[in-house]
Amino acid sequence: MKVNDFAFRIATVNGTGSASANGLLMQAIFRMGIPVSGKNVFPSNIQGLPTWYEIRVNHNGYTARTPEFDLVVAMNSSTYDRDVADLQPGGWLIHDSTWPMPKALDRPDITMLGIPLAGMCNEAFEGSRERILMKNIAYVGALAALIDIDLGIIEQLLEEQFGTKKRALLDSNYRALRIGYDHARSSFDCPLPIRLEKMAPPDDWILIDGNTAAALGCVYAGATVGAWYPITPSTSLMDAFRGFCERFRKDPDTGKNRFIVVQAEDELSAAGIVIGASWAGARSFTPTSGPGISLMSEFIGLAYYAEVPAVFFNVQRTGPSTGMPTRTQQGDLLLCAFASHGDTKHPLLFPADPYEAFHFAVDAFDIAERFQTPVFVLSDLDIGMNDWMVRRFQWDDARQPDRGKVLTAEQLDEIAVFHRYLDVDGDHIAARTLPGVHPKGAYLNRGSGHNKWGAYTEDSDEYIEVVDRLKRKIQSVADAVPAPVVRTNDGATIGVISIGGCDGAVIEAVDWLANRGMPTDYMRVRGFPFPASVREFIAAHAIVYVVEQNRDAQLRTLLALETGVAVNSLRSVCRYGGLPMSRKAVVDGILEQLEHPAAGALLADNHGARMEVPV
Amino acid sequence: MTTSIAKPRVRHPGLPVNAIGLTRRDYEGSMSTLCAGCGHDSITGAIIRAFFELDIPPHRVAKLSGIGCSSKTPTYFLREAHGFNAVHGRMPSIGTGASAARRDLVYIGVSGDGDSLSIGLGQFCHAIRRNVQMLYILENNGVYGLTKGQFSASADIGSKPKRGAPNRQAPIDPVLLALTLGATFIARSFSGDKEQLVPIIKAGLRHRGFAFIDVISPCVTFNDHEGSTKSYSFTRNHMREVVHADFVQPQTEISVSYAPGESTAVTMHDGSTVTLHKIDNNYDPTDRDAAYAYIRARQNADEVTTGLLYLGKGAPEMHDTENTVDTPLAELPFDQLCPGSIALGQLMDRYR
Repeated sequence: MKVNDFAFRIATVNGTGSASANGLLMQAIFRMGIPVSGKNVFPSNIQGLPTWYEIRVNHNGYTARTPEFDLVVAMNSSTYDRDVADLQPGGWLIHDSTWPMPKALDRPDITMLGIPLAGMCNEAFEGSRERILMKNIAYVGALAALIDIDLGIIEQLLEEQFGTKKRALLDSNYRALRIGYDHARSSFDCPLPIRLEKMAPPDDWILIDGNTAAALGCVYAGATVGAWYPITPSTSLMDAFRGFCERFRKDPDTGKNRFIVVQAEDELSAAGIVIGASWAGARSFTPTSGPGISLMSEFIGLAYYAEVPAVFFNVQRTGPSTGMPTRTQQGDLLLCAFASHGDTKHPLLFPADPYEAFHFAVDAFDIAERFQTPVFVLSDLDIGMNDWMVRRFQWDDARQPDRGKVLTAEQLDEIAVFHRYLDVDGDHIAARTLPGVHPKGAYLNRGSGHNKWGAYTEDSDEYIEVVDRLKRKIQSVADAVPAPVVRTNDGATIGVISIGGCDGAVIEAVDWLANRGMPTDYMRVRGFPFPASVREFIAAHAIVYVVEQNRDAQLRTLLALETGVAVNSLRSVCRYGGLPMSRKAVVDGILEQLEHPAAGALLADNHGARMEVPV
Repeated sequence: MTTSIAKPRVRHPGLPVNAIGLTRRDYEGSMSTLCAGCGHDSITGAIIRAFFELDIPPHRVAKLSGIGCSSKTPTYFLREAHGFNAVHGRMPSIGTGASAARRDLVYIGVSGDGDSLSIGLGQFCHAIRRNVQMLYILENNGVYGLTKGQFSASADIGSKPKRGAPNRQAPIDPVLLALTLGATFIARSFSGDKEQLVPIIKAGLRHRGFAFIDVISPCVTFNDHEGSTKSYSFTRNHMREVVHADFVQPQTEISVSYAPGESTAVTMHDGSTVTLHKIDNNYDPTDRDAAYAYIRARQNADEVTTGLLYLGKGAPEMHDTENTVDTPLAELPFDQLCPGSIALGQLMDRYR
């Protein structure tokens, strides 16, 4: 019996409307107070290719992706073989029994639950589109019966979605829900031994995706200019920004917009628009993904060298090149850290979930303007596009934006002469001026060689003076990026360092190991350049593992470059197949490299073999 | 402030001042570092005169450019204006962003034929599509100067380089392109004809939306020889002015008069007037398709059609289309931008 601790997967065909049914399931479980996560594994396609939705529930709050499914709803005959094969021994497979399931796929260690979903829906509904859509709601109903999802909550959610205005649609959904529910109740022994039970109501928790969260952060940061070129998986960030602005950024008297969104002709232009707007004094940003950063790189170097603030959201996907646009990865760490030719280095922020995506989005604008430099928020497809259960976002009304050193007309009046790149305060940051404010503030912003006075130069010493200050300036950002989060375990000599969306899997792995007598300390870095505490953490541990989602251990490379530790002294756990990190993968990666008498037994345990584990 | 010798900034007491008390010298920049006789320097002079005569405060101007000889010139005018020397071919996106943030400034972009018609062709086209509020001057000499004389995309078929084979690829004509893309202010002029160029620049600065001027601007070092179609002598001998524009500030009496039927007065959005004097009676600067056909026909006869070639009804510029507030976005106070904690709390309830 597994109560509130299992995972299931729904296999459908892209474009058949299953996304809303799957979202409904997630939301209903969330409202039951049970920690839940949903991972949409979808194709780069509009209609026809296979898509999966994976839901994991865990009463302990471990909601990282797991590849071990106790139940599969197989609605796509073209993936039957795979869906059957991926099921855990003892699991259940729900399929549409309107058509026969090929005998060859039978597995003696699983239970097949056939439900004539298409047949029942064809009888109950008119029109092919409705029949297809309602089939999805019918499997939601069947699942409600089989794993004990509160039917009242589902009905409530449907009502909230359709309201009284779409009464006919609401009625269809109710009927479809009942069709699946009643059929399951009358045909099977409900609920199954895997089932849900209500937990405490989730007062402080919300269900939200990272792109929506980051977009809201942009609104709260006071960003007014958004420029972009559509690219998966970042597109919903700008859609959400526009949506929030329609709600919060209308002049109440004129109905005019206190924002502008420019859909550019390409990412090069999007970067130029952001830099032009920031130079002119607006908070400006662009959401993109890896290929976009590649295209923007020339402009990023200009913004770095000419010291123009700019905020880039890189919702990472699987590279290189076009790669797998609908799969996740953390493959752009090095690209973003050193984007553009010549010596450059850029502040990076690494949110782990939508909560941090919101808060780091706000921070990104402050850092960009305070240090007058491009800043990257490195999210990924998993954080950006999947719904996560996170704490409610907070806002302190006393918080004001940090616009950095921007001279006002009054300040310019008082000084004899303005020099754009003069480090007056000794903090490596020169004051800037905005166009249109004061004749004394004028200078020519340029990517060509310039001296500290702001004039063109080809003189070695003058050039070096400026780029050396830039180096010190960027290094000083280390104390302004969000500090690492550390979890310690008594007696640990092994350290684990990870980043971003790996967090849930690593926490689960670290707890899993600690519970089996293998304590480790865990540091999650949240910003680059790394603060001094990162080097101290590495130095304090005999062995350090670096867990990340790319092939070439990019975080490990960055850590070695920045802290000066030998790259080979850091062990690497890399998973880069495009799916979110799992506890199993992290534990495997650690144990496979660990010289310890218990490692072998723990590895076997990690793979489900219930062996005695020496403590 | 540049590597060249700066001119003394002493004001001569006898210099005429404009309506805001500035002299022409106040609209200059630092010393040009272009070759002596470069057409671009004449255009810089025309720009200085236009801004001076329009009484525009220099610090209310943003001057933008890309990369190349032409793109160096913003240094040489309006020293009290902020400037942005962007990356190659990408000035239009900087202009779009700056205009998005601060719609209250006067924007002038200076580019070249390499910058606009090769590496930056896409950005040029899309700035026209967005109808960004700016004057865009293309200083067109048919060659790359800083890299020593390669043909650009505006080089005519048969045009001879100093060394090597004549150009065989069809040119991209920015005027025809702008006509096709729907630009509402399109002109062509010649760096050697300030009387024609200055009123066009003034009218372009007062146009609502994207104003485009293609200025033939000979490269004395790489493209001013016999056989070049962008040389001083070729342009002088082959240019055919079809419309002469006169620009008159608001509340100023129109003193130039032409015979009736030959000229059209067009009121700009700020109340100023552009009088279009038809030199060729067959040319109609308000008919886009006819203008296109005419310019093509003259081109086939080896003629360079100049003047304010097309002036359409003001199409909505980017901010009109996007329905943005009148206050520049960069000046909106934070409390009008941040919804605050109560709104956030209410919003959070929707994600439960």
